Amino acid sequence: MNLNMFVQHFINALGLGSLYGLIAIGYTMVYGILRLINFAHGDIFMLGAYFVFFATIQFKLPWEFGVSLAIAGATLCGLLVDRIAYRPLRSAPRISALISAIGVSFFLENLAIVMFTGMPRAVLQPPWLMKPILVGDVRLIPLGLMVPTISFVLVSGLLWIVYRTRPGLAMRSISHDIETTRLMGVSVDRIIALTFALGSALAALAGIMWALRYPRVEPFMGIFPGFKAFIAAVFGGIGSIPGAMVGGLALGFVEIMSVAFFPNLSGYKDAFAFVLLIVILLIRPTGLMGEKMEEKI
Amino acid sequence: MNGTGTRARSGLLNLLPLAALVCFLWWAPANLDGYKLRVINLIAINAILGLSLNLIYGMAGMFSLGHAGFMAIGAYVSALLILTPEQKVTMWILEPIAPWLLNLHTPFIVSLVLAGLAAAFVGWLIALPVLRLGGDYLGIATLGFAEIIRILIVNLTPLTNGSLGLKGIPAHTDLWMSYGCFLVILVFVARLMGGNFGNVLRAVRDDEVAARTMGIDTFRVRTLAFTLGCFGAGIGGALMGNLITTIDPKMFMITQTYNLLMIVVVGGLGSITGSVIGSVLVTTMLEWLRFVENPITLGSLHIPGIPGMRMVLFSVLLIAIIIFRREGIMGTREFSWNWFFPPKNAPRALPDEGGRGR
Repeated sequence: MNLNMFVQHFINALGLGSLYGLIAIGYTMVYGILRLINFAHGDIFMLGAYFVFFATIQFKLPWEFGVSLAIAGATLCGLLVDRIAYRPLRSAPRISALISAIGVSFFLENLAIVMFTGMPRAVLQPPWLMKPILVGDVRLIPLGLMVPTISFVLVSGLLWIVYRTRPGLAMRSISHDIETTRLMGVSVDRIIALTFALGSALAALAGIMWALRYPRVEPFMGIFPGFKAFIAAVFGGIGSIPGAMVGGLALGFVEIMSVAFFPNLSGYKDAFAFVLLIVILLIRPTGLMGEKMEEKI
Repeated sequence: MNGTGTRARSGLLNLLPLAALVCFLWWAPANLDGYKLRVINLIAINAILGLSLNLIYGMAGMFSLGHAGFMAIGAYVSALLILTPEQKVTMWILEPIAPWLLNLHTPFIVSLVLAGLAAAFVGWLIALPVLRLGGDYLGIATLGFAEIIRILIVNLTPLTNGSLGLKGIPAHTDLWMSYGCFLVILVFVARLMGGNFGNVLRAVRDDEVAARTMGIDTFRVRTLAFTLGCFGAGIGGALMGNLITTIDPKMFMITQTYNLLMIVVVGGLGSITGSVIGSVLVTTMLEWLRFVENPITLGSLHIPGIPGMRMVLFSVLLIAIIIFRREGIMGTREFSWNWFFPPKNAPRALPDEGGRGR
């Protein structure tokens, strides 16, 4: 493998990793606050991709407008999921909410089949995003550079919200102790809704960029990226936003580089993430940047 | 708790439904069409799978999402053992089959037992590291293992014929076989849960720390329950492979586990009776709901079929049950003849406490 190839793979891994990271943030925020694996998160990602497909191809809306609509639509879906399927179960055993989440994920996937048919559909890639730029001997596509850049900007913005604003303070407070936070006069349900909205918006954006990179959409496209992003969140330390990003990038690099260096392992590509998950759970269940969680008796 | 009299009477009364079942199984093959027979077979198989998942999740409190993976092991082991060498040679087109596997051939019953043992063995191996995790982490880790099993099956072509799957498996599963296995497993689980092991398991589920204080080796108990559950999954997978006669890795995706989870949740977590009722309801409903995916013609009105609608309704139902009736149909209760014939002199049963403190 020469240097050019390596740079190419490096850029690819950076792109894939930051997409995993963006999805992982939604998992990590919701888990940090509610201790719930939001199985439906990967399907919000899928909906984001579908919405942009319909806006730009079926309704011929301009790109900027289509993307905004798609993000808004997916965010609304995320809010509805929380309101309908999770909020009634706040005081129920945690596993009940988890089963509800599985049900929602199942529902959204099949709803997508009903509404959009199960057929994969091709996504239009805007030419200006795909026109290669030659840097030395390395061919770079603007999209490949755009994805990590946008992700980085968004994560910085999110960190600002979480660590520098009052709703962010409330979020962090809820993740420590939901009942005490309620007593402090914080409208807990509203803050949780905000968390879902932020996570869903990021997932939708990741879905849109995913659909541009691998130009197609299908109802089950969210399952594997969703699982992998959750694994990235666990790897980085569940509850930690920088951790989710680091975990996502690590996973992206493991996947791209292992296939690049050992092409005959490409059939096992999807298994790497799960092996990584099991190893991390056994060695360091709190992940790279996670806080230690005490078992309450 | 019951007197010997009541127990003997229950034993006698149990013979009634058993006799009815035998009559039905004797009557059905000649009088029902192939499709109905397949659904009736599936009910028994799903009941086996539901019972085994309930043993792991409902009774031992381990949230496992790996059942499809263990089913896959059972289905593949059984199929590989009963396919004839000639069939194997023609089927492996991508890569030749592993030579030692080619001539391996056993009768169906042997393959069924080995299928269960293989799944149990893998389950035991997985339990060692994974059962140290709790709650939803356990769920996601077992899901990961199931997915790894599936990916291995896709890639180990000399052993499994990869993504092409196995075809032409002899249809060994008939009503007698599936209901026979179901009854054996039902009685086994009922005895298990009625005995001391059942109490230990419930203790571990409800409060692990307290159970450990009582001197229970919680890890060993959970490992045993998990391994037994995996055995059931292997048997169920093998029976299913022999019913449908073709298997491929796609059959054992996470959706399969969701269906089983639905059976357990509908019936009631921790209730044996519940899993059986859940299996009947969910299996028939899944089939019955197919009508929404087929075109319907009402007089001159023509409604086209909607693919996917079946699963939409199904998932809405799952969410509704978990929100509005979390304990399912049976809760943790079990069927008992005492419902119909309240024992004299016996204290009235305490009112059911409803949900569990988990």
